[in-house]
Amino acid sequence: MSQQNRLGTGGRIDRSRPLRFTFNGVELQGFAGDTLASALLANAVDVVNRSFKYSRPRGIVAAGAEEPNAVVQLGASEAAQVPNVRATQQALYGGLVAASTNGWPNVDKDLMGVIGSVGGKFMPPGFYYKTFMAPASMWPKYEKYIRKAAGLGRTPKEKDPDIYDHINRHCDVLVIGAGPAGLAAALAAGRSGARVILCDEQEEMGGSLLDSRELIDGRPASAWVASVLAELATMPEVLLLPRTTANGYHDHNFVTLHERRTEHLADLAPSINGRRQVRARMHRVRAGEVILATGTHERPLVFSHNDVPGNMVAGAVSTYIRRYAVVPGRRLVLSTSNDHAYRAALDWHDAGREVVAIVDAREHPDGDLVNEARSRNIRIIPGSAVIEANGKKRVSGAQVARIDIGGFKVAGRVETLSCDTIASSGGYSPVVHLAAHTGARPEWRDDILGFVPGKVPGMTPVGGVQGKGAIAEALADGAAAGVAAAQRTGFQVEAPALPKVAKVREGRAVALYQVPHVKPAMRAPKQFVDPQNDVTAAGIELATREGFESIEHVKRYTGMGFGTDQGKLGNINGMAIAARCLKQTIPQTGTTVFRPNYTPITFGAITGRHCREFFDPRRYTALHAWHVEHGAKFEEVGQWMRPWYFPRGNETMHEAVQRECRAVRESVGILDASTLGKIEIQGKDAREFLNRLYTNAWTKLDVGKCRYGLMCKDDGMVMDDGVTACIGDNHFHMTTTTGGAAAVLDWMELWHQTEWPELEVYFNSVTDHWAAMAINGPNARKLLAELTDDIDLSRDNFKFMDMREGTVAGVPARVYRISFTGELSYEINVQANHAMHVWKALFEKGEKYSLTPYGTETMHVLRAEKGFIIVGQETDGSMTPEDLGMQWCVGYKKPFSWIGRRALTRPDTKRDDRKQLVGLKPLDPKLVLDEGAQIVLEKEITIPMPMVGHVTSSYYSPNLGHSFALAVVKGGAKRMGQTVYLPMADGRVHAAEVVSPVFYDADGARQNV
Amino acid sequence: MLHIYCPHCAEYREEEEFRPKGEAHIARPVEPEATSDEDWGNYLFFRKNPRGLHHELWYHAAGCRKFFNITRDTVSYQIHETYKVGQQPSVTKQASSSKGAAK
Amino acid sequence: MSEIAQMDLNPRGAVKSESPLAMARVNVALASSARDAGVVVREKPFLGHLVLRGNAQDEAFRGGVERVLGLALPLALGPVARDESRGVSIQWMSPDEWLIVVPAGLEFEAEAALRRELSGHYAVMNTSGGQTVLELTGPKVRELLMKCTPYDVHPRAFPVGKGISSVFAKGSAVIRRVDEERWELVIRRSFADYLYSWILDAAEEFGVFVAPAEPAGSAERRIVREVAVEGH
Ligand SMILES: [Zn+2]
Repeated sequence: MSQQNRLGTGGRIDRSRPLRFTFNGVELQGFAGDTLASALLANAVDVVNRSFKYSRPRGIVAAGAEEPNAVVQLGASEAAQVPNVRATQQALYGGLVAASTNGWPNVDKDLMGVIGSVGGKFMPPGFYYKTFMAPASMWPKYEKYIRKAAGLGRTPKEKDPDIYDHINRHCDVLVIGAGPAGLAAALAAGRSGARVILCDEQEEMGGSLLDSRELIDGRPASAWVASVLAELATMPEVLLLPRTTANGYHDHNFVTLHERRTEHLADLAPSINGRRQVRARMHRVRAGEVILATGTHERPLVFSHNDVPGNMVAGAVSTYIRRYAVVPGRRLVLSTSNDHAYRAALDWHDAGREVVAIVDAREHPDGDLVNEARSRNIRIIPGSAVIEANGKKRVSGAQVARIDIGGFKVAGRVETLSCDTIASSGGYSPVVHLAAHTGARPEWRDDILGFVPGKVPGMTPVGGVQGKGAIAEALADGAAAGVAAAQRTGFQVEAPALPKVAKVREGRAVALYQVPHVKPAMRAPKQFVDPQNDVTAAGIELATREGFESIEHVKRYTGMGFGTDQGKLGNINGMAIAARCLKQTIPQTGTTVFRPNYTPITFGAITGRHCREFFDPRRYTALHAWHVEHGAKFEEVGQWMRPWYFPRGNETMHEAVQRECRAVRESVGILDASTLGKIEIQGKDAREFLNRLYTNAWTKLDVGKCRYGLMCKDDGMVMDDGVTACIGDNHFHMTTTTGGAAAVLDWMELWHQTEWPELEVYFNSVTDHWAAMAINGPNARKLLAELTDDIDLSRDNFKFMDMREGTVAGVPARVYRISFTGELSYEINVQANHAMHVWKALFEKGEKYSLTPYGTETMHVLRAEKGFIIVGQETDGSMTPEDLGMQWCVGYKKPFSWIGRRALTRPDTKRDDRKQLVGLKPLDPKLVLDEGAQIVLEKEITIPMPMVGHVTSSYYSPNLGHSFALAVVKGGAKRMGQTVYLPMADGRVHAAEVVSPVFYDADGARQNV
Repeated sequence: MLHIYCPHCAEYREEEEFRPKGEAHIARPVEPEATSDEDWGNYLFFRKNPRGLHHELWYHAAGCRKFFNITRDTVSYQIHETYKVGQQPSVTKQASSSKGAAK
Repeated sequence: MSEIAQMDLNPRGAVKSESPLAMARVNVALASSARDAGVVVREKPFLGHLVLRGNAQDEAFRGGVERVLGLALPLALGPVARDESRGVSIQWMSPDEWLIVVPAGLEFEAEAALRRELSGHYAVMNTSGGQTVLELTGPKVRELLMKCTPYDVHPRAFPVGKGISSVFAKGSAVIRRVDEERWELVIRRSFADYLYSWILDAAEEFGVFVAPAEPAGSAERRIVREVAVEGH
């Protein structure tokens, strides 16, 4: 096709750079500077989509973010697919491939259209709720079909090769919108030396000035835009962000800006010098002052069949003609409630095409633009409106009638005008969305027939969004706000001299939203309010009749302003209609809440760099490289990557764990224990602090001794545990669980800072400073002896729960004789930078003992055999020390009422039918119970079936020769020897005997050798 | 995203550096063992959830690791003041309602 | 044993030390030279890191620190006290906490000297194995940092000399501005690989170059000791 709607001159496109693109499989041509929408209109593409519910053909209506219909699927390849792109906001580039998102099998021949054409009666508002929700079980089936038919776009099936990121910015003044008011504000603030960010969602900055008919300082407005942008570009503290949408306005002037950096170039981000470029960037801006210069969206009039392609908002007609040199039709009828829309007719006329008539709802239109239309002999029909459009896939005529606005009725005969385009304007709605994100309710202004932003601290609305849309007024408003904002952030500047702009006299607009039809509103041909969601005026009226009086309920019942649209085009009209039906005013009806995001954002931009290996920090120990080299399988614990098990050859996990378990019990195994939290405690009150923090006593712990401690919250429930060593009288080395390290340190700081600041003690995390290697097994002593000559390892001089300082493999070390396996065990701690040397030396000497590395799974089996708990596995925030059978670790005689003590004497924590830790021995010795399995007392299932507990840990033990589990069972301590049952989802019921949780070496002989 | 003035760092910092720790000024009873079960339960579990002014304990986790208090409006999210542990708020419901009465 | 256990954790003999970045890999396209790069990354491994806690209101405490380290104790968030020729710095971290960085291997001597000079309620904790220093230089470092931390790195908020700690990617870091285009990060060992990869990935678009790690010098070993002796 040949761009038959393109003008030979004018516009801001570059005719020397033709660009080929494809829409719905058809190759077309446009020019650099086009949007996809302007290029489609240049090629006279009328139908760009099918509507969501009724499947009606739809064309381009607007020229900006408010476009409801031209929502396309973009991307030449599978990986490049992007749904929900507005053609009006997508710059054209060579090779662009786009397709309609709605319409199945295609927009021109649409199966759902058959339903759509008769669908009005079958698909009233609430249709989905009423029809498809019962039976609920069928909804997934319906939904699949509805979604396919409605077509909401689709996500790519391949991985996105592009990269995205976030950037944190701080500025004194953030100006949102680069139209006349925004540019003037940025210029004034920028000259002060303040840090200024100016963002605008369009390809080019300038806003309405880019298609204005008016002159600034005697030159086209776009020339003034260029001069201002040139000056701003020279200011080092001013950042200009075109193609950047302020998409969310949050607390304390925190605004997110979505910058599309490469989407105007290609569907995948190009590399520059071999470096990948960021496709989209989220700027997270903290602004001292925000200047909101977001302008207005024009409201279309709501009349019958106002959705037939060829219906457009008046301002969009002007934009396409003046900015893109595209006249989207041959014969125009303009239906308006105001003067400003006359520009569309004048621009159309300038382009040399026929203006059939201007239909003005006012009896006596009067203003400069009206007079100009008169002087050109354009027919003006006063006191009237277009009440219905003719045509199916393109407007073929307009039915015009005199109307009585107050009486809401047609007041004269209907005249049909032949035309292919109907432009309409019902006034201008300030773009209040961003301000509304903060929770500020928009305020109605009768003088401008629109809602303006509510008050937000540190935010100044300027220009059109404040009802000051005339250029001179917008410039003055913006400049004054720029000066004031700079001053409030500590910068002085004189108000800039304002350019000369001739004042355009405009007559007063009339309030017209829904146009009456000859038929009653409920029976008139469909009058669309929100074309994207197929919400009609009758639908809103029906909702109010069915009792939905709150505008929020009307919105949810009808779907108005849902989805990607977020109420840009239709909301005010919808509220006005609801107000009419409810016989109240628009301010009484109020607005719905607008939420981020202002326009849809790709998941890429939301995610930024927080994906792939950066989704969550991965923490590594100093020995990680060795584990990788030796084939470890890893498990994430907290953020740590811990070896899970070390398979040899083709071993399964089970086989590897069985082998590792035997190695520890029979010779010696080694665990990288570096991830355990470590907290250094210094100060003369360190001991007292430990007494208050732990449930057990620390007063008498000698230097060089270790003790296991339990920590409770003040509700008496166990929160962490670990071994703490006394390394000096006022100096302790605490260990915590791997996952609890940070929380325990914060917990200690909390108590110290808020309750006991008088205690002289300091804490610091040394988790990363020390690497810890635990050698476990009967040969542990022999192995260690080969690597140290300054530590006396003899049984009597280095006892269980002792700590010694010395040298291991030539490296200074603290060695703790503590055990989490029940075996003879030494935990060697060295400064992390030297850990690999020591680890490798252990393996060198360990060969003759078959030193075996083991991971967390083996650690779990071995400790469970001993009945050692793991906080977070055997506990869930509801277990007291006594529930765990750990009375031996509770010092009720300590003088200070330590954290948790008081709660442990409450009646509820004293109950003897609380869930208590027990061992379970499955009657089938090969059966490994499911962790989390529920426990009942009866084999026969009755309803209700009282559940008495659950399995917390469960393994097969090669050392015991049978499976075993730890569990919590109500009153479990008294149930030793009883059989309990575990019903499974598949109908099987397992049986197990309640036994002591200590399965192995109950008297501790093995660790005391 | 709140912008929070840390009274220890003496700077405004971004919310992501901080962690909220619930209602401020919850003092542990001085003699827990002499406290009734009911009072102990109140201390452990019962917290205010006001609409409007609220005093909260916050922690500058990624900064100075100090706890401090914030007087914040739970509706507007406006922060009226921040102050150190051990200090009392100057903006309170009582203060603002008596101000209102004086007008 | 005494009230406080002190231990020189550095081996006497030949032991191969590994910095937290010993296993780090580069997953992005690097610039061919430092000159082509907007960001140059270099590790300064094995430095001595001490956490000092104490009462800043206590004149004796302040005086003792100054005698040992030859630098006045910073009393508020702001400039890092630094003597580049001796490789010693003190950074305010909190009203009662400071980060002391000394040349590689001198942390024990520094700790011992502090313990000789200080009394009362204070603490010195060795964290040398637990963290490392990354130096970032180049014209694009500031922009890179904006992608990493919510803290304002503009010269008006972050002048040369200043040091702070903040969120960094999804972890945290100490950030210090040494010069107009030279910054230091002090990062935790276990997060080092994650943060380093993040930095390279975020810097790729500016051109990023990895310079060889600064060798851990042994000649400077006497610096702190001398200062400590001078103090007596
Ligand atoms: Zn702070």
